[in-house]
Amino acid sequence: MTVLRIALKSARFRRANLLLTVFALAISVTLLLGVDKIRKETRSSFLNTVSQTDLIVGARSSPTNLLLYSVFRIGSATNNVSWETYESVAAMEEVAWTIPISLGDSHRGFRVMGTSADYFDFHRYGNKQSLNLDSGTQFAGVYDTVLGADVAKDLGYRIGDEIVISHGLVSADFAGHDDKPFTVVGIFARTGTPVDRTVHVSLAGIEAIHVDWQGGTRSGVTLDAEQALKFDLTPTAITAFMVGLENRAQTFQVQREINDYENEPVTAILPGATLSEFWRTISTVEQVLFVISGFVLVAGLLGMLTTILSTLNERRREIAVLRAIGARASQVVTLIALETLLVVSAGCVLGVGMLYGLLAVGRPIVTRRFGVNIAITWLDATQIGIMAGVVIGAVLVALIPGFVAYRRSIQDGLALKV
Amino acid sequence: MKRQDQPVVSLDHVRFCWPGQTSDTIAIDELQLHAGEHLFVRGSSGSGKTTLLNLLAGIHTPTEGKIQLLGTDLASLSPSKRDQFRADHIGVVFQQFNLLPYLTMLENVTLSCAFSQRKRVRATELADVAASARQLLRDLNLADQLHNAPVNKLSVGQQQRVAVARALIGAPEILSADEPTSALDADNRDRFLDLLFTETEALGCTLVFVSHDPHFASRFNRSIELAADSRELANDL
Repeated sequence: MTVLRIALKSARFRRANLLLTVFALAISVTLLLGVDKIRKETRSSFLNTVSQTDLIVGARSSPTNLLLYSVFRIGSATNNVSWETYESVAAMEEVAWTIPISLGDSHRGFRVMGTSADYFDFHRYGNKQSLNLDSGTQFAGVYDTVLGADVAKDLGYRIGDEIVISHGLVSADFAGHDDKPFTVVGIFARTGTPVDRTVHVSLAGIEAIHVDWQGGTRSGVTLDAEQALKFDLTPTAITAFMVGLENRAQTFQVQREINDYENEPVTAILPGATLSEFWRTISTVEQVLFVISGFVLVAGLLGMLTTILSTLNERRREIAVLRAIGARASQVVTLIALETLLVVSAGCVLGVGMLYGLLAVGRPIVTRRFGVNIAITWLDATQIGIMAGVVIGAVLVALIPGFVAYRRSIQDGLALKV
Repeated sequence: MKRQDQPVVSLDHVRFCWPGQTSDTIAIDELQLHAGEHLFVRGSSGSGKTTLLNLLAGIHTPTEGKIQLLGTDLASLSPSKRDQFRADHIGVVFQQFNLLPYLTMLENVTLSCAFSQRKRVRATELADVAASARQLLRDLNLADQLHNAPVNKLSVGQQQRVAVARALIGAPEILSADEPTSALDADNRDRFLDLLFTETEALGCTLVFVSHDPHFASRFNRSIELAADSRELANDL
């Protein structure tokens, strides 16, 4: 019987105590890895929301606000950008493509975004990925709509279903535009970005449902869907637009030109830079969390040390017996250290298990509530580093009870003073 | 054989003094035990009985003098070599709590062989280690159906017999027993001693038996007394 087997059997005999210790450690490990995981996922999910877009242009406001409402559909625009401004920027020779964005309406809690066909061609997210249709086609008609993956899934829509858009951002089924229903013609594949939670229609569609509206309420006249089509459905204003340049080197120059645009006060931002800047302001919180979970881990390890030291008293007999039958002092130290290692390893394994369990359970909720897509991946280098740190720390900690046991076994000898 | 004329245990002007104490706990000028001899060491508590056993087991080394077991000077060995020597040549029985509660009776007995290649080899001369352990347990009146039982279900008397089996497996030359009967009642005590004698005689094992109770002295062929102040040694009675 090896020392390891003795350690295992002995640990099994005292399992109630040790299991609690393992559990306490597992919680610390889960917390530490979880915080690390979530901050990385949030960060990458955040920074990957938009890609390949050189500039985002909106009414003059703070860059963060513009970024939040145009990309994340959080908050509202302070003002609109006139269609003329949009057209003149789109016509600049440095500009390769533009995606107009018109926000303001909603459908059962999901934002409705008016845009052009260029959205399907030029919008990029993540690692330069383009949008793919899971089913159906792009919108062609005025009353066509293409849904984000979550919208379709959560509300159970399929191609051919009719939906009604509410005026404003009310979440209830307040059917403001029930006279002009839209037909679902396409559903996007999942992107893990706010696109999943957006109802996409054409700019003309946005115009059509507002033809008989004035100043935010219905005007006296009502026009049905067919009649609305007879009007000029070119928008007079949009909320913001994204710009892709022919040559990225010209980004700053074009940004300056747009910011200095004379006819209307507009702001052009670099989405990547603004995202990073915004992330920096909120990353302090995340660092504090990480430090706190580090302390929780230290507390867990100290708790383990306390438990193992306190069991040494009970184990004096056991150690004396082992010494009597010829166990070397070094084997006694190994026995104690092995137990510590066992507890820590079990704690780490259980902690990782709990982490993945929580991720599996919490993922849909996080995606739904915060729009952050958490990928379930293997532990990365930092996380394995964290675990290795925990184990190495524990082995160092284990030397303390090991040393105490060694001293005692020398002192006690074969005498059992119990 | 050379072993026969060489003493198994030989103490020569042995003094042991705990650090910080002025008087010696153990002072034995001369003591020699030959193979198969049974020594009874009597002494009241605090007379250094356990210290003597620790010296013989190589846990402590004498402050002065020389202890030779089977011709080997214990002090000349490194601590880990001394541990190995103990594992190979000495069986130990305590007053009580001899067994590891998380092992079965059989596992407790065979555990001795885990620490000693020599005992393992000697225990497998007839069959395997487990078979030798079972035979020993049977000889000590522990029925087969108990062998795989958890030891904390056993009576104290049974536990002490398991301890003897563990000490004797692999036929060590020396058996050291520290008041092994103190937790037993009078009837069990005599029966335990009978078994102990039978088994040690069968193996030709030298027994060092320590007790405060002079009652047993007559049953041993040699007996010494450790005086309360430990300076005096009443030699062979």
